Amino acid sequence: MEFKVPTMAELMAAGEEPEILFWVGCAGSYDERAQKITRDICKILHHVGIKYAVLGTEESCTGDPAKRAGNEFLFQMQAMTNIEVLNAYNIKKIVTGCPHCFNTIKNEYPGLGGTYDVIHHTQLIQDLINEGKLKAEGGESFKGKKITYHDPCYLGRGNGIYEAPRKALEVLDAQLVEMKRCKSNGLCCGAGGAQMFKEPEKGNKDINVERIDEALETNPQVIAAGCPFCMTMLSDGIKLKDKEQEVKVLDIAEITARANGL
Amino acid sequence: MVSQILFLALTVAAIALFTVNMRKIIRNIRLGKAVDRNDQPQKRLMTMLRVAFGQSKMVVKPIPAFLHFFVYIGFVIINIEVLEIMIDGLFGTHRIFHGLGGLYNFLIGSFEILAFTVWLACIIFFIRRNVLNLKRFKGVEMTSWPKSDANYILITEVLLMTAFLLMNAADAKLQLLGYDHYVSAGSFPISQFLVNLLPNSTQSLVMIERSTWWFHIIGILAFLNYLPYSKHFHILFAFPNTYYSNLNPKGEFTNMASVTNEVKAMLDPSFVPAETEAGKFGAKDATDLNWVNLMNAYTCTECGRCTSVCPANITGKLLSPRKIMMDTRDRITEIGKNIDKHGAEHQDGKSLLDDYITREEIWACTSCNACVQACPVNIDPLQIITELRRFAVMEESQAPGSINTMMGNIENNQAPWKYSPADRFNWAEENNG
Repeated sequence: MEFKVPTMAELMAAGEEPEILFWVGCAGSYDERAQKITRDICKILHHVGIKYAVLGTEESCTGDPAKRAGNEFLFQMQAMTNIEVLNAYNIKKIVTGCPHCFNTIKNEYPGLGGTYDVIHHTQLIQDLINEGKLKAEGGESFKGKKITYHDPCYLGRGNGIYEAPRKALEVLDAQLVEMKRCKSNGLCCGAGGAQMFKEPEKGNKDINVERIDEALETNPQVIAAGCPFCMTMLSDGIKLKDKEQEVKVLDIAEITARANGL
Repeated sequence: MVSQILFLALTVAAIALFTVNMRKIIRNIRLGKAVDRNDQPQKRLMTMLRVAFGQSKMVVKPIPAFLHFFVYIGFVIINIEVLEIMIDGLFGTHRIFHGLGGLYNFLIGSFEILAFTVWLACIIFFIRRNVLNLKRFKGVEMTSWPKSDANYILITEVLLMTAFLLMNAADAKLQLLGYDHYVSAGSFPISQFLVNLLPNSTQSLVMIERSTWWFHIIGILAFLNYLPYSKHFHILFAFPNTYYSNLNPKGEFTNMASVTNEVKAMLDPSFVPAETEAGKFGAKDATDLNWVNLMNAYTCTECGRCTSVCPANITGKLLSPRKIMMDTRDRITEIGKNIDKHGAEHQDGKSLLDDYITREEIWACTSCNACVQACPVNIDPLQIITELRRFAVMEESQAPGSINTMMGNIENNQAPWKYSPADRFNWAEENNG
């Protein structure tokens, strides 16, 4: 599937406005594994014909990891700079590829002058399924496959979004199995609160290993994720358990793109 | 007449002592920073009704929820009986409400059944804590005092309920014997089984009835005064604590207004900041926290649901959200005692961070909100952890090295990793060619 990813600058030069801005996020921009998810989100947007754009090199960290680490200065510097860019482009609606960006822009930007209609990509996928624009046909069949979904903290407990990602999986006719700790009781992958960027404190187990053990108890063929940081933690866990051949860790966007042959 | 005066004196003394201690605790809570939690009163009321009155967050663990429900209902309803005890005690009457007839019988009967369920639930709770090896009741913070505290509460409740049922049994027997002022009143679905165990002499029966009556009311007054020293304060604070709890999405952290002013001034030199109080960023000591954080600390009943779901704690790290709350309470109590002894200006050279809560604990948090979700009374340990981190980072520049690297990257490269901002859009090259 070949198409060009449009940037806001290009759209503005052409005197156009997008329906929605796709906020890629740092992981989605730089992390090799997450880049695949980013491209799949673009494929979905392109496939359904939504007029979208990205900020490209004008995007910058939302400030989330700085804020969770306690650096409010750095967070607000980032936030205000980003808000300036977003407001200059007259952005109304944003879809993010990351629950952390989603939470920060949706909840913490309004108080600093940036109010937008913000959704996470799993919500976009749910909406597209409900509108009949996305189906699970023309691609890889997930029918009957055992899939377990890992709730990202900042999507689930942080913002109460439990159903959208599950809806995206239900449409596959797959066999959804829940882990013991799921939804509001879900266990963190271990990356949140700026843990992604540091070594864990002394303990007797890594959090991602605890989570992978639990996920593997469901005997899944696919572990579904909705966050690039969870993706890193869960993939590392699977590698450590030497289960890469049997179990795939895939983002909801990747599963959707595959099921639709994008 | 002597017993009436004694009763009055005891009641007044107990209420006075409780008031003094309660005012100290409220004073301690007010040492916290201001935070406005008076918005959306209707939503707040509904939260309180659902979470505190309705016990909605208890049901996650069905067995303790079921047992706790009986203790809670028993506590609330049996206290109606205390009203009668109070009036009888003050005016020298006996079962003043017996004129209610059928309703009275129904009430006493219900109290008996509830008293029995409370009694049974407390025995089971005692076994759960002391015989069954439940991980939730252990942990570094569960030292000898918190353990004894829990047991004292359970034992007291068992004794109070036993006294209540024995009192009714003696009364019932005296009623059967038609002795003196023991009018036929009440129904005794539980204590009827105790009647035959009691002696037949009216003198002994009156003694049992009177002593258990006194034990019951003195027990209640003593228990009331034990609350300020114990973890059991949740029976009162659960209600305001849920009312004033955070209504925003859990993922949302507060934006610090003091920082907003400085950042605006940095980005726009013509910006004139509004007057805000200067002060330190984040929290080093308990008084740097806001009053809701401090009320949270007094509300905590140390049940450990937070710690049992904490990913850091589960994987053997030092962090325990329950300990965060207990440390905060112990520290603000200590500060309060210092004020009482040495005056408001006294500094003891100690602080919440480092003397109570270590850096290792605060940096182990993943901010996943599992502890906040798990708390049956909406306590928020994460806010306290965040405030301590803010102090460590913004006032002391004491973040772990790798966190400093991450923040340096954001500052210089607009991403937490060391990549060039110019490469940010390279992911699209596959598409864009």
